[in-house]
Amino acid sequence: MDLSLSEDQQTLRTAFAEFFDKEATVERVRAAEPLGFDQDLWAKLTGTGAVAMGLPEEAGGGGATNLDLALVAEQHGRRLAPVPFVEGAAAGAILAAAGATDLLGGVADGSTAATLALSPPRDGRLPLVPAGAVAEIVVALDGDRLIALCREPGPRPHVAASPNFGSSPLADWSLTDGELIELAAGPRAVQLYSDGVSQWKLLTGAALGGLRASALELGVSYVKARKAFGVIIGSFQAIQHRLADLVVAGDGAQLLMYEAAWALDNGQPEAAALASMAFLFAADCAFRTTRECLQFHGGYGFTLEYDIQLYFRRAKAWPLALGDSRREYQRLADLVYPESGAGEE
Amino acid sequence: MDFKDTDQLAEYRQGARDWVAKHVDPAWAEQQRVSGSYHTPELHALLAEQGWLGAGWPAEYGGTSNNPDMAAALFQEIDAVGLHLDGWSTTSMIANTLLHTATEEQKRTYVGGALRGEVIIVLGYTEPDSGSDVAAAKTRAQRDGDEWLINGQKMFTSTAHRATHVFMLTRSNTEVPKHKGLTTFMVPLASPGVEIRAVYTLGGQRTNGTFYSDVRVPDSARIGPVDGGWGVMHVALVFERSGSGGGRRSGPTLAERVASWAQQTRRDDGTRVYDDATVKERLARIAIDAEVSRLLGLRTAWISATGGLPGTEGSETKLFSAESAQRQHWDLLDILGAEAVLRREAGDAPLTAAVEEAFRRGVVGTIYGGSSEIMREIVAERVLGLPRVRARN
Repeated sequence: MDLSLSEDQQTLRTAFAEFFDKEATVERVRAAEPLGFDQDLWAKLTGTGAVAMGLPEEAGGGGATNLDLALVAEQHGRRLAPVPFVEGAAAGAILAAAGATDLLGGVADGSTAATLALSPPRDGRLPLVPAGAVAEIVVALDGDRLIALCREPGPRPHVAASPNFGSSPLADWSLTDGELIELAAGPRAVQLYSDGVSQWKLLTGAALGGLRASALELGVSYVKARKAFGVIIGSFQAIQHRLADLVVAGDGAQLLMYEAAWALDNGQPEAAALASMAFLFAADCAFRTTRECLQFHGGYGFTLEYDIQLYFRRAKAWPLALGDSRREYQRLADLVYPESGAGEE
Repeated sequence: MDFKDTDQLAEYRQGARDWVAKHVDPAWAEQQRVSGSYHTPELHALLAEQGWLGAGWPAEYGGTSNNPDMAAALFQEIDAVGLHLDGWSTTSMIANTLLHTATEEQKRTYVGGALRGEVIIVLGYTEPDSGSDVAAAKTRAQRDGDEWLINGQKMFTSTAHRATHVFMLTRSNTEVPKHKGLTTFMVPLASPGVEIRAVYTLGGQRTNGTFYSDVRVPDSARIGPVDGGWGVMHVALVFERSGSGGGRRSGPTLAERVASWAQQTRRDDGTRVYDDATVKERLARIAIDAEVSRLLGLRTAWISATGGLPGTEGSETKLFSAESAQRQHWDLLDILGAEAVLRREAGDAPLTAAVEEAFRRGVVGTIYGGSSEIMREIVAERVLGLPRVRARN
């Protein structure tokens, strides 16, 4: 057992903390609303090689691990960076695993934004694709066919995003919106897709972890400054104990996220279950943290002027891309409690 | 990072199981359950006689050459058959404390006696009027020549009715701030003036209230300096809070057993319990909480193993594990349905009443060893830097 980050991992984390601190300021985040996409930031981020760093070296990537990607996603989430890093990394990994080398060139050099559809097509449409308004490639599972839809490059957004409270560049894709390429079929297609979704869950969980940590900092600094009845409100036990619970859950969420990344990187049999756990627990912690910290802001928490609302909206919106979390809990149960037949009375 | 959780004791498990099969009377677990006394004298004596209590302890105080890993595996296997070793648990906690705080002669007397199984020590900190606020103890110790006179009451003195000594926190000085007027003693429970009254608990365990009227102990029973008891308690509380955790259980978890039951049980309307989406969701949440508890515990263990001192991490682990264990019990009871209330005596309780027993026992988890409220206070103050809510002293 070793719960420490290597020197390289620490360096990576620090580098991207600094990158997002500088490039994804709250002014930039607000300016990118309601679309939720900042072209300059995307160009800079792809320029660092971050989005492609998980791709194999022969595909122009850096051969980075899931843990490396998760460390970057955490920093991305901490600053609510309006760029589809998680989607790009997960879709790129599916394309690479499917051997779609001709599609990977643009992903590796940053000119193409790839994403993945988290639900199957319905009536010829992929509904509310994450980053669907700004991506040129979307990977989807249609029955047991793994497909990629490819749209011509052009100014982003390609289409108007569906207005949404999370300020995410969500958009529907029609199966005729671009060239349709079949990447794989049968059980292999299903496996490739489900591995990609596991990675998306891990990285979304990591991003939500970063979001959670920042929201907690905002909440704690507010309760240390704001006075009521002549004392700082952070001296009230009702507030302290709720914040303490958020700290503990947040520490647990981070450990779970690291463990899930380690399990994916090492081909552990429980990797898919851990990715699902990391996603669900991070989503729960992030929303609870933003809700409580918004509450501690009192009336100011309800105003758009204070930043806590930026975190609150996204904490709910990001995980919703996968649909009702309760269905994910049910899928997780089937992974954790396989039917053995043997039992006791 | 590496989350591989290797079983350090793997090579000893079979031997430990064989030992249990050979030496443990299956009736003992049932006797403990029915009586609520979580100490079986025959088992304790056997472990002492064979040198298992002394495994890994310093030889000069009676440590034996038995393998400490084998001893640890043995204690875990004994636990796995439903037998508690509460007498050894508090005795070893205090024996460890004495190694750091007692005189040479005291170490030989008490630690030596403990490892031979002759000295059994219980904890005497909590009083009827003070629990979490342990330094508020009022039990008086007054000097009388070469002796001390002890008067007062202790609460939750578990196993006192089977023990030889109570390690007691007393008030020796009322003229100074509360933390500075405390002294600790090893008080023989056979002393005149000691009265032990049974207190029965929700979890089925018998504990005690103990009463002390003009109990005389020699000054040689004093541990640490006069009025220096708080320093001794610091050591004792470290051993109390670090005592738990690390023990992997063999066999399926409670949630796995309930899941398996749900997969094979149909309700009145013919549907399988497990196919209820709300059942699956609750079972999944339980699995996540259990994994988070395990990871927080691993973090604490890892900090200790790499030479650090887990402070707030230990409090976080204790808070999350105890709270989530209770949530788990409530949900598992609901999943079992109306029959969940049945006690083992009913004969047909689901899972032999394992869930209802865990439910009742788990209630104390958020209370003892520092209540959840104290843990939250520690996190708020030391992790977040929020001001102390209550006045100092």
